[in-house]
Amino acid sequence: MASIDKDTSFLGYRRENGRVGVRNHVVILPLDDLSNAAAEAVAHNIKGTLAIPHPYGRLQFGADLDLHFRTLIGTGCNPNVAAVVVIGIEEGWTSKVVEGIAATGKPVVGFGIELHGDHDTIMRASQAAREFVQWASEKQRERCAIHELWVSTKCGESDTTSGCGANPAVGNAFDKLHALGSTLCFGETTELTGGEHIVASRCASDAVRERFMFMFDRYQQLIDRHKTTDLSESQPTKGNIAGGLTTIEEKALGNIQKIGKKCTVDGVLDKAEMPTHPGLWFMDSSSAAAEMVTLCAAAGYAVHFFPTGQGNVIGNPILPVIKICANPRTVRTMSEHIDVDVTGLLQQELTLDAAGDKLLEGMLRTANGRLTAAEALGHREFVLTRLYESA
Amino acid sequence: MNHFVLHDAEDTVAVVVVEGVKAGMALNGWIMDENKTMTLTARQDIPIGHKIALKDMAVGDTVIKYGIDIGKVVAPIEAGAHAHVHNIKTKRW
Repeated sequence: MASIDKDTSFLGYRRENGRVGVRNHVVILPLDDLSNAAAEAVAHNIKGTLAIPHPYGRLQFGADLDLHFRTLIGTGCNPNVAAVVVIGIEEGWTSKVVEGIAATGKPVVGFGIELHGDHDTIMRASQAAREFVQWASEKQRERCAIHELWVSTKCGESDTTSGCGANPAVGNAFDKLHALGSTLCFGETTELTGGEHIVASRCASDAVRERFMFMFDRYQQLIDRHKTTDLSESQPTKGNIAGGLTTIEEKALGNIQKIGKKCTVDGVLDKAEMPTHPGLWFMDSSSAAAEMVTLCAAAGYAVHFFPTGQGNVIGNPILPVIKICANPRTVRTMSEHIDVDVTGLLQQELTLDAAGDKLLEGMLRTANGRLTAAEALGHREFVLTRLYESA
Repeated sequence: MNHFVLHDAEDTVAVVVVEGVKAGMALNGWIMDENKTMTLTARQDIPIGHKIALKDMAVGDTVIKYGIDIGKVVAPIEAGAHAHVHNIKTKRW
C-alpha cells in the first residue's frame, strides 16, 4: 500500500466535544468493587452495552484517589465511548465521576446503590442503558482526517525480535504520523532504564526534558525503595528472559525503537492525564501491559500499537489493541493473536518503511471498524494503577 | 538466510532470528544499520531470539548492542557462544 499523507482519512465517530472515536461503546462503569455485580447485571440485561468491572475504589486517598477518579473519568470521556452509566455504592463519589464525564457533552448518568439495593439500582440503570444503547446505535461513522486519530503504543512480552523488528516498525509509523500532526503516546518509565539519555536527547525543549527526567528519577527512587534484588524476572520478565533479553538496558534500548528516528518528545503526562496539543507525549506509567494500556485509554487514545515478541495476548475494553510481531515462532504458534506480521523484516524480505506502512494500513482498517484479534478473542483487560495502600 | 542480526557494527552480541541453530553451524549475519553481512560459526546451540557473542569477552567487559552499553560480562564468553543471563548482568539496580 502507499504510505499515509495529510489527505488520508478514516471513518470514525465524531463526539460532542469534537474528538473522534473508532468504536461506539455504551459503558456500564462501576465506581468501586462493590458495584461490579450491578454493573455486570445491567450489561447482561441490555445487549450491546459493556460493563468494565475492577477491584478498587474504596478508602483510597490523596494522589492515589485522584488517579482512580482520573482513570475512571478518562475512560468515560474516551471518544470510543458513546455514553456511560456509572454505578457506585453511594452517590457522592458516583456524581463526581458523572460530572467529569459530562464535561465532554456525551450522555452520562449515575446511580448509587445505598437506600435502593441492587435490584432497584439494576432496574433503573438498565432503563437508562437501554435508552443510551438505542441512541448510540443510530450514530453514523463519518470521514475524519488522519491527524484526528490519537495513537498510543506500549510493547509486551518483548524479546530481542521486538527491538530488531516490531518496535522499529512502530517507530517508522510514529515518524510518519508525527509529521502529519497526530497526537501520540509512549510510556513505560522503568523500561527506559539504560536508554533514558536517548529519550532526554529527543525532548523538544529543556522544559520537557526536565519534566521527563523528573518522572524518570521519581520511578527509579520507587524501585530503589522497594527492590530486594536486581529485579531479574520482574524487569526483564521471565518471558523476556525466555525470549532472549538479558538486561534492563537491552530491553530499554529495544523499547525506545518505538519512538522512531525523527519524532520529538513534545510533552510529558502524569498517569492518565490527557494531552493538550498534538505531538508525541511521554506518559509516566508502569510497564505492565494492562496497566499502561488502561492509562492510555483513560488519556483519550483511540487505537493502540502493541508490538510483542513472545506473544502477549492483552486487549482493553474500549481501546483496540493492534498486535505486531516479528518473531516467526510466535507468529506460527500464536497466529490468532497477531494482527500485523512483520517477520519479513529480519530476513530482509520487508523494508522498515514497508513494515511501517503495513502497520498503518492495519491501523486504518481497525479505525474503520475491523475488530482486532484481541477484540475478537474477548480480551478486555482493565487494570487500574495503584500508587499505595488504601486507608 | 539471515541466521542472526545485529544493529551496529560495533556490537559485541547479535540476535539469532531462526530456529534450530546448533553448535558447529556456519551462520550468516546481517548488520542492519550498515546493511552489510558477516559470517560466524556457532559454538553452542542457541534458541531463536537469544544472543550469540561476536567476540571473546572477559569478566568485567561491557557488552555492546545497538552500539550502546547493555550490561557487564560476569563469566567469560567466547565468540560464537550463547550470551545471556548466565554470563551477562545489568549494571543498574
